Amino acid sequence: MLASGETLVAVAETDLDERLRFATGAVALTNRRLLSRVNGDDAWREWPIDASMELRLRDHAGAGSLDLFAGDRLLARWRFTLGRLPAVQKMSERFAEVRRDPDASPAAAEPSAPVCGRCGAEVPPDDEECPRCGADAESPPSPRNLFRLWRFAQPYRARLALGFVLTLGATAATLVPPYLTMPLMDRVLIPYGKGVPIDVGLVATLLAALFASVFAAWGLGWARTYVLALVSERIGADLRTTTYEHLLRLSLEYFGGRRTGDLMSRIGSETDRICLFLSLHLLDFATDVLMIAMTAAILISIDPWLAMVTLLPLPFIAWMIHLVRDRLRHGFEKVDRVWGEVNNVLADTIPGIRVVKAFAQESREAGRFREANRHNLAVNDRVNLIWSVFSPTVTLLTETGLLVVWAFGIWQVSRDHITVGVLTAFLAYIGRFYTRLDSMSRIVSFTQKAAAGAKRIFEILDHVSSVPEPAKPVALPALKGRIELRGIHFRYGNRAVVKGLDLAIEPGEMIGLVGHSGSGKSTLVNLICRFYDVSEGAILVDGVDIRSLSVPAYRSNIGLVLQEPFLFFGTIAENIAYGRPDATRADIVAAARAAHAHEFILRLPHGYDSLVGERGQSLSGGERQRISIARALLIDPRILILDEATSSVDTQTEKEIQKALDNLVRGRTTIAVAHRLSTLRRADRLVVLDRGEVVEVGPHDELMAREGAYFRLYQAQARNVDESDDDRWTPQVIPATRAAGGGA
Amino acid sequence: MNADAVVQAFGFRLSRNASGRLVFTSATGEVFEGVVPVRAFPITSPEEGFALVTAEGRELAWIARLADLPEPDRLLVDEELAAREFLPEIRRLVQVSSFATPSTWTVETDRGPSVFVLKGEDDIRRLSHSMLLVTDSSGVHYLVRDHARLDRASRRLLDRFL
Repeated sequence: MLASGETLVAVAETDLDERLRFATGAVALTNRRLLSRVNGDDAWREWPIDASMELRLRDHAGAGSLDLFAGDRLLARWRFTLGRLPAVQKMSERFAEVRRDPDASPAAAEPSAPVCGRCGAEVPPDDEECPRCGADAESPPSPRNLFRLWRFAQPYRARLALGFVLTLGATAATLVPPYLTMPLMDRVLIPYGKGVPIDVGLVATLLAALFASVFAAWGLGWARTYVLALVSERIGADLRTTTYEHLLRLSLEYFGGRRTGDLMSRIGSETDRICLFLSLHLLDFATDVLMIAMTAAILISIDPWLAMVTLLPLPFIAWMIHLVRDRLRHGFEKVDRVWGEVNNVLADTIPGIRVVKAFAQESREAGRFREANRHNLAVNDRVNLIWSVFSPTVTLLTETGLLVVWAFGIWQVSRDHITVGVLTAFLAYIGRFYTRLDSMSRIVSFTQKAAAGAKRIFEILDHVSSVPEPAKPVALPALKGRIELRGIHFRYGNRAVVKGLDLAIEPGEMIGLVGHSGSGKSTLVNLICRFYDVSEGAILVDGVDIRSLSVPAYRSNIGLVLQEPFLFFGTIAENIAYGRPDATRADIVAAARAAHAHEFILRLPHGYDSLVGERGQSLSGGERQRISIARALLIDPRILILDEATSSVDTQTEKEIQKALDNLVRGRTTIAVAHRLSTLRRADRLVVLDRGEVVEVGPHDELMAREGAYFRLYQAQARNVDESDDDRWTPQVIPATRAAGGGA
Repeated sequence: MNADAVVQAFGFRLSRNASGRLVFTSATGEVFEGVVPVRAFPITSPEEGFALVTAEGRELAWIARLADLPEPDRLLVDEELAAREFLPEIRRLVQVSSFATPSTWTVETDRGPSVFVLKGEDDIRRLSHSMLLVTDSSGVHYLVRDHARLDRASRRLLDRFL
């Protein structure tokens, strides 16, 4: 269907129609025309490309729109969900190229990197599949999560093997006493009943053997439990630390989407539950299995027929266990999640207790907790309903089994096929045998609980950081501090926060980022720190893409001062030395001096050894900020980031902090975000951001002379009226004429 | 009601230009192009509280209820809302690829059938006791208005993720 001399340049799939209903469609771009069709209807609509045409792309709330304009007239509009955005974006870029020069050689129009057929994103040359789609197609983790615990058990193989041998011995020892009841019955008690006197020597030997086996079982059982508990504690501890270490390496994005209480309960109680399972329940289970196998072997060796009858209920019980297993597991998963919910309420409320009390909402929060608990109860009740039926049923089955053995045994004795001694031995064995089965059935619930816990742990361990450590990091020489942002885009969820931003920052330059809140200042800072990775484009430091640098090595070159300085529990000295724990006391004092913190620290009763952080010495906002400045000074970073460092303090304190900051900024590439423009008086250049785009760049005087966006911002602050240009228009309010209840 | 009367009663007038954008003319004759209607409570109370905002996001007018607008304007606002709002409501879960995430969901929504990838259980958020918001791997939101009122099969599938 292509005309001669026409080549296909780009194709993008669309998945929505004009009314935003799901419908497949496609838009194709050739060097002459734009073609499209919707929903498999075969006719392609076409628009020959001419110079007046323009494609405009925008997106809102998960749905994107590609509009074809001729001048100011809308010719066509295509809609799609965000998943298709990269392909559409590519196409609209190519459209601009084609319009400029339709006869550019098609080879030149071919993209340099291979492009994913599904989403249109570029596939890096080293990868075989598209990183974007590949992540989508990723198969879910195997449900056999408990087996994956083997990775943590491996280092303790030797001790596990010892534990197994001990278990074997202990179990065998416990099986000896019933065996000895046979001769006691047949050779001592029954003959006595028939008038034969008791053979005291034989009785003494048998009783001694009985005692010896019981004693051996005690000793071996003790050793076994100790060894295996030791191992499982260690496995649990390894699991906990590994999970926590992995968690710390995950990006801020991960933490942004989770709730503290849930993560805490995963690392704390889930690992504990797994540990308990390994040390207690799994051990019991292994013993039970051994016991059953050995008992079965002994029974068969004594009398195969009776053994058959005894083992009859076994398949029934196995079947029942299987039946309940599935239901229980989902139940327990649910219980876990509900526990997370209960924890979340606590984690939300306790840090925010000042707000709760200030607004007198204690009873509301208590209600929320009660609600979470009620949910917990409801879920537990449902699980317990299944569980409570399960246990008695097993008992019922085993008791019935016992009756069968009695009946069959008595019949066999009456026909002289077996002796009374054999029957008593059998009854003694299966008494144990069935109790083991009963306790074995309990393992189902414990296994399911532990498996659910393991799943939630592995969910953390399987999560790949969205700021991945490069496989072969580029060695980082001493940084000069040149930062270059090349066409960066960033999207948080379905909201584009940074759109196509270009900026070059010279070494040692101080840049002030200015703009309304929500204009993308803090996001930009987060991107430069690599707390997040850009969706598109690249950030280069000294000409190297920061994604190819090792994350910790790169971050050690960045000093960050935040609006709300966070002090850890510990002494002031420890807090200052947080980024460089090996710093000497002299270094710490020097940094504190430069940060103008030295004097107030000395006024504290314990000086540098005063405890701060939670429950520690209370410090004012300005004092805490100066400690965090000292912290940044101590690591002597090439790149310094001040994110609203003086926003939360009064003007007097700001002056003190400013003095400290002036020391910090000297000679470093500095990016300062500030709402108060006076803070940025020392900046070499100011970058004015608006809705994720750069609107103006230049020194203060130049921007003032230009009378643009910066001028308006500055005027607004000078008049001490916030965002005056927003107030030019007073919104008109249409009152609800028929509003029932009238919310206004 | 003629156009002038509309201006008097509500202080503004709406129209659509050749590029398909909404144009707002205030009572004082100020003209804003590319005006966007926005619902203030799109999920909990979609029929109450609308704002007309400029392309830059500045509020021009507040409309307590859409029904209070005169006919031509209301249609324009309705159309614009329909073209802008995208929150498919899940009516039925047809299939989920696995109960462990990431999981591919095949669903029927009020906007037709769709397939998406759920990255983790955390992407299902509880908005209220019965209302759920599901976010797919590319950031598109799906709403479950009342999970208790889905059909039995859907409820059973959904239940495994809650």
